Amino acid sequence: MNTGTQNYVKLVVLALATLFAMIAASYARDLAYQVHMVIFMIVGAGLFLTTLRATDEPIKPIPTNEYFDSVVRAGVIATAFWGVVGFLVGVVIAFQLAFPSLNFEWAEGYANFGRLRPLHTSAVIFAFGGNALIATSFFVVQRTSAARLWGGNLGWFVFWGYQLFIVLAATGYLLGGTQSKEYAEPEWYVDIWLTIVWVAYLACFLGTIVKRKEPHIYVANWFFLGFIVTVAMLHIVNNISIPVSIWGSKSVQVFSGVQDAMVQWWYGHNAVGFFLTAGFLGMMYYFVPKQAERPVFSYKLSIIHFWALIFLYIWAGPHHLHYTALPDWASTLGMVFSIILWMPSWGGMINGLMTLQGAWDKLRTDPVLRMMVTSLAFYGMSTFEGPMMSIRSVNSLSHYTDWTIGHVHSGALGWNGLITFGALYYLVPVLWKRERLYSLSLVSWHFWLATIGIVLYAASMWVTGIMEGLMWREVDANGFLVNSFADTVSAKFPMYVVRGLGGVLFLSGAVIMCYNLWMTVRAAPAKAALGTAVPAE
Amino acid sequence: METYSFLREFADSWMLLLLFGVFVGMVFWVFRPGSRKVHQDTANIPFRHEDRPAPDQEAPK
Repeated sequence: MNTGTQNYVKLVVLALATLFAMIAASYARDLAYQVHMVIFMIVGAGLFLTTLRATDEPIKPIPTNEYFDSVVRAGVIATAFWGVVGFLVGVVIAFQLAFPSLNFEWAEGYANFGRLRPLHTSAVIFAFGGNALIATSFFVVQRTSAARLWGGNLGWFVFWGYQLFIVLAATGYLLGGTQSKEYAEPEWYVDIWLTIVWVAYLACFLGTIVKRKEPHIYVANWFFLGFIVTVAMLHIVNNISIPVSIWGSKSVQVFSGVQDAMVQWWYGHNAVGFFLTAGFLGMMYYFVPKQAERPVFSYKLSIIHFWALIFLYIWAGPHHLHYTALPDWASTLGMVFSIILWMPSWGGMINGLMTLQGAWDKLRTDPVLRMMVTSLAFYGMSTFEGPMMSIRSVNSLSHYTDWTIGHVHSGALGWNGLITFGALYYLVPVLWKRERLYSLSLVSWHFWLATIGIVLYAASMWVTGIMEGLMWREVDANGFLVNSFADTVSAKFPMYVVRGLGGVLFLSGAVIMCYNLWMTVRAAPAKAALGTAVPAE
Repeated sequence: METYSFLREFADSWMLLLLFGVFVGMVFWVFRPGSRKVHQDTANIPFRHEDRPAPDQEAPK
């Protein structure tokens, strides 16, 4: 099929999609669905016009002797943007918990804690983390395969399609379009859209690996591929639902009761395991060696790390369901696998840290490397804390308390956040062909603000979580509970303020990073003429 | 035997053995003689082709 015919097919598809969105918007049964169909309609109509405009125009040939970096640059910008948005919403809801009057009367039903909380989690995990993963995976797979990204402009479809998913998810939460599954809140049509985008993502990634010029697949690509494939499987199974009407956002889950809970936490924990761990380990295995300018400490260990992580993580979900209707054997299974997971996690951490062997002095001079090493330290810390909290008796104290929230944030802010910042600091000068970053001292400021912010966050949540757990289980001599729920809420107030302040520090660090990256592109000296690049070894 | 019991028994016997065998086999494969050179070469992939893809004629290896 030549590109001319391709354009006509595109035009027909876009016209039909726009028409359908128009009809759906007018038949809509609820506000979230209506707004989404209007968004679909505008996007569809806009694409129709641009495609029409480009029809029968001369087509620019795709330069096969260059990497497809424009989409990675867009991904870097999106990552920084969504990061700040996500952190900002996090700070807002942290203070809403400390000062409930911030749930304004006039914003009731749109911007109260319950609506903003999923906006925060999805913004940081899927918008910030997801864009970081797509951008870095596209960057890494091209360079380690020595081949241009497969699929021509399909990479752009993945990028913009994913942004559309984020906008649909975010607006949906505010308008009440949610299926109430944690980290999988978007409703059925948004799920279908994400599935389409994800398949295109897999095709781009796998296509590049297939046409690679290197005989072997570098370990980072194994982690990225494991992440893409597993997330596809998790997403599809956890979102099997039947829409009540094709003109509305509401759907009904196919699983029910404890099966639904198990599927949800099989999904939920593996979102942590494959999205936030395997994917970001892919980043780690490329950017830490690059920044340290030496190959990974042990390639053998990295292979064992990969397979052990893949084989073990998938079983760990049931530890979210201790003391529930889930059979004991299943929650014991989840607990045991969670504890065994400690080994590959620390193996990976040691592998990353030991990559600096013989280059530890760089930590003194290179704040970007310092950031990456600290992220590995947080990875080690939260992969020790996690298995400990999955033990049934520990879980009976920690579950439903703020300890869990502290654990999640030491992993997400410390590990995912810092490794992503490190990758962005590496990527911007490379992608925009700059000699160096605008300011290393601003990186240091970012590093310290972020680190102190995380410490404040985690420490206050440990205190409040354990206190809360102990207060809930405290009984008097006659066996009556001593504290009411409201007692624990008022006792937590000071820690909530400290947590909010930690969030402010982390957010201001990210804002400083955005300024630094912006100035790197604008003001840092351009890199000397191309072609002078010398292999590192 | 009903499907649930069959799958349950299969999962914690043959399937478990198979997965464990695959994992152990992988570990032995990693430490096979001669793997060191391959791994050293692979570990250095990030330090090649930083600026542009490899030219086409280099492809067969």
